[in-house]
Amino acid sequence: MTVQDIKSLLPMVILAGGILFTIILIAVKRNHRLAFIGTLIVILAAVIAALFQTGKKPHAIGEIFVIDRFGSYYQVLLLSATFVISIFSYISLERFFPNKRKEEYYLLIMLATLGAGMMAVSSHFISFFVSLELLTISLYSLIAYYRERAKVIEAGLKYLVLAAMSSAFLLFGMALVYAISGTMSFAGLSVITLSLNPSGILMLVAGIGLMIVGIGFKLALVPFHMWTPDVYEGASSPVSAFIASVSKGSVVAVLLRLFMMADLYRYEKVMLAFIVIAILSMLIGNLLALMQNNVKRILAYSSIAHLGYLLVAFIAGKGMGIQAATFYITVYMITIIGAFGIITIISPADHESGEMENYKGLFWREPFLAALFTIFLLSLAGIPLTAGFMGKYFLLTAGLGKTEWPLAFVLVISSVIGLFYYLRVIVMMMKPDETIFSISPSFWSSFPIGILMLTFLGVLVICLGIYPGWLVDLVKTLNP
Amino acid sequence: MILAWLIILLMGCGLLSWLAARWNNILPRIISLAGVVVQLLVVVWLWINHGQGSGASRWITSYTHSWIPAFGIQIKLGVDGLSLLMLALTSFLGILAILASWKEIKDRVGFFHFNLLFVLAGITGVFLSLDLFLFYFSWEVMLIPMYFLISIWGNENRVYAAYKFFLFTQASGLLMFLSILGLYLIHGRHTGIYTFDYEQLLGTVIAQQTAFLLMLGFVIAFIVKLSTVPFHSWLPDAHTQAPTAGSVILAGLLLKTGAYGLIRFVLPLFPQASHQFAPMAMNLGVISILYGAKLAFAQTDLKRLIAYISVSHMGFILLGIYAFNQMAMQGVVMQMVVHGVSTGALFIIAGALHERIHTRDIGQMGGLWSKMPRMGAMGLVFVMASLGLPGLGNFVAEILILIGSFAANKTLTIVATIGLVAATIYSLRIMQKVFYGKEQKQWTVADFGFREMGIMISLSVAIIWLGLFPAPVLNLAKSAVVSFAGMTNKQVQAMPDGNNRKYPAKNHSVICMTVIRKNSLNNHIDLKAPIKDDRTGY
Repeated sequence: MTVQDIKSLLPMVILAGGILFTIILIAVKRNHRLAFIGTLIVILAAVIAALFQTGKKPHAIGEIFVIDRFGSYYQVLLLSATFVISIFSYISLERFFPNKRKEEYYLLIMLATLGAGMMAVSSHFISFFVSLELLTISLYSLIAYYRERAKVIEAGLKYLVLAAMSSAFLLFGMALVYAISGTMSFAGLSVITLSLNPSGILMLVAGIGLMIVGIGFKLALVPFHMWTPDVYEGASSPVSAFIASVSKGSVVAVLLRLFMMADLYRYEKVMLAFIVIAILSMLIGNLLALMQNNVKRILAYSSIAHLGYLLVAFIAGKGMGIQAATFYITVYMITIIGAFGIITIISPADHESGEMENYKGLFWREPFLAALFTIFLLSLAGIPLTAGFMGKYFLLTAGLGKTEWPLAFVLVISSVIGLFYYLRVIVMMMKPDETIFSISPSFWSSFPIGILMLTFLGVLVICLGIYPGWLVDLVKTLNP
Repeated sequence: MILAWLIILLMGCGLLSWLAARWNNILPRIISLAGVVVQLLVVVWLWINHGQGSGASRWITSYTHSWIPAFGIQIKLGVDGLSLLMLALTSFLGILAILASWKEIKDRVGFFHFNLLFVLAGITGVFLSLDLFLFYFSWEVMLIPMYFLISIWGNENRVYAAYKFFLFTQASGLLMFLSILGLYLIHGRHTGIYTFDYEQLLGTVIAQQTAFLLMLGFVIAFIVKLSTVPFHSWLPDAHTQAPTAGSVILAGLLLKTGAYGLIRFVLPLFPQASHQFAPMAMNLGVISILYGAKLAFAQTDLKRLIAYISVSHMGFILLGIYAFNQMAMQGVVMQMVVHGVSTGALFIIAGALHERIHTRDIGQMGGLWSKMPRMGAMGLVFVMASLGLPGLGNFVAEILILIGSFAANKTLTIVATIGLVAATIYSLRIMQKVFYGKEQKQWTVADFGFREMGIMISLSVAIIWLGLFPAPVLNLAKSAVVSFAGMTNKQVQAMPDGNNRKYPAKNHSVICMTVIRKNSLNNHIDLKAPIKDDRTGY
């Protein structure tokens, strides 16, 4: 490792150091607020370091990592997401959690972010797999963290078993690719595979196919989506937000990088598999969401559909496709964190507000929060004046630009189906208020920072919906 | 710039009235009323000062500002005679909608006016946009607030109606969006310029088959809005369940956006494909006229009845647009305005009745004239208008459409004329069941008060003015309409294998002129301008 290497990895180094620092902090003095503020400072420092990185030339560390604008952009994105989620986690822990082991939560969430951040700059199967496992293993315990509650253990166990299995698939796929090509670096793969004979190509495609299983599980694509609703429902809202945003965002980053660097777009069978997965995810995700009565489950199924939408841009590939996918995942992360943030804030102390009933009349009890939630839901539905619309526009343009008419068509139809359930939640919020549930009246004063964050996210969603030019220009400069 | 301010003004007033509701229930009403009145004044000012057109440009005034340059998206607004007319209608009906809900809406007043003004802002955006992306944007912006208007302040079955309205329009809108993107990409590939600019896209060369498919995307969105059979089923529900202001805006303005879209976008962008589609469209139009009329006759719910009258009247618009001649097109523009006024008035009456006797079932009404002579008289005026009594606006519109389309397709026009007879039957049935006849129940009701009479009188003045002196309206829209009708015909004739429709030119103008002359003698209709124009045109 040269100095230059360390410099370019500085955001991750800061994060790793911060984790050690926080461990010591907890050992010295157990204090929830202290650990929380320490975490925020560490993440903020990492974000700033990553921002400095974006202006520099791409730097490769062996074949393992490549730190370029694309990677740094994703690092900033993932770290900022964690920053916001930590704030909601603080509220959630403070309100719902017994008076012990609050502090370790921040270690886990920082570890998971470390894995995610490393994954965004990985250019080698080894680094990809190690960071993925770091992320996944931290997630096991994060999901099961509130273990005194019903459903939490179930969710954690489900994630554990299925994630372990998908990792095995991923590893096996990598092994097959390695066996035939003798290389594990993304860039090397694109060169070597040119000289393969047909049977070798077959094995390569089989290897990639097995890797799709692993990646599909992480992105919760149909048919690897079974765990999603249970885990989203069982885990606390901030953790669900983390799974939906940081975990998926990092996998999207590495997927784009893998396919661009190794140039896997030339294998039609692989792309065909993705087309089928995309269509299934869009349709099944939206159709299953229709039948749910729990907002967290609705968001879970909708996340399946959204990643299906994203695949449309991914399939469109080089150039606009990559930009559209990056734009979309950014917008999606902002929106979904906002949505789960609202759920965190409005939950009463004894349980999380998942059931639809809890939202009845919210518009008249808490007009501001309900308006924010409406903005987030409309953005997820892709209605103009919100960022989600611009994202969907970008996806469709990318898809149609590569004449993927069937995919674009399915996208349009499934977003109409999707409207049903987003509207259902909104309608529920507007019904006359006659519920017994009420939020503790002091929540405005006790967690102003949560409201502030939500307002910020809401404003961001509207701003990106009206004036997305700057983000589009930014995304256009990124090339994996 | 003034055009952008029109939209910003409405949105700003909407936000303000939401905030103002914290202190007072009257304040939001005043703020929103002020906003729309200012819009009306600006429109009238534009009409008076620039209505004659500045000659060189097609647009009376326009405004361009870059929005998302990476995709070639601009904020491009422009107003010509047609859009100016629609804007005048928007602000006029907007004022009446606010006045009509002055007493009806009692809770969540601020949010109500917020939604109302956002719908109006969206509609204004639709009528002004000259950038297809911006157009779709505004098209969608009008949906959500309308959805809220229906689902919060509507009647008993509001949630279902709001859903249905939203899904119909959203699904068809997305198909249009696909078409817009297709057009954008095809134009970009041909010329290397990726832009949504309406004027640049006008000349796009598209393969015949593709053009037809792209056109269908647009057409479906517009005829769903126009509630053409078989896509009409959202309309009766939405109209019936919406609060009065919602019904007025739905019938008066939202339906018109469909017609406006057909005229402004479909015909000029896809001239040849439109000619291919014309027989189909005219058939659909005639089916809507007759089917709407038949269903209107069968309804017992007053608001539903009026909704089906709209379906029937919108059929005339579709028929007229696809007749491809100036006279029919002038009739269409006229119909858009007078239908807004007359149906808006009928909905206000229905809303007022519902507010007083809490039912919309005409079986329970009857003999109300004696209790409410003022409402009865007003009802009579607008029922007569909707059946097409000469001297009132609808007559001018329908006769122009029928004369125009007679030249294009005789059989269909003759069948469509039956619709006028049916109109007489269902319209008179309203009067008979509601205001005349035996009293079904002993209602104790108040007649129209000062505010309501003000609304109704302004509407009656408008409808009589349009009926007796339609020339200003026709003149204002003339230059725009001529350019649309002329452009489509010219372009098609220029194409060698175009589905070229040869009109029996001589015959046509003779019929037109004789009929119009007769009418103008009998009813003092000042139709000089269009006649002169027709003579030169054909």
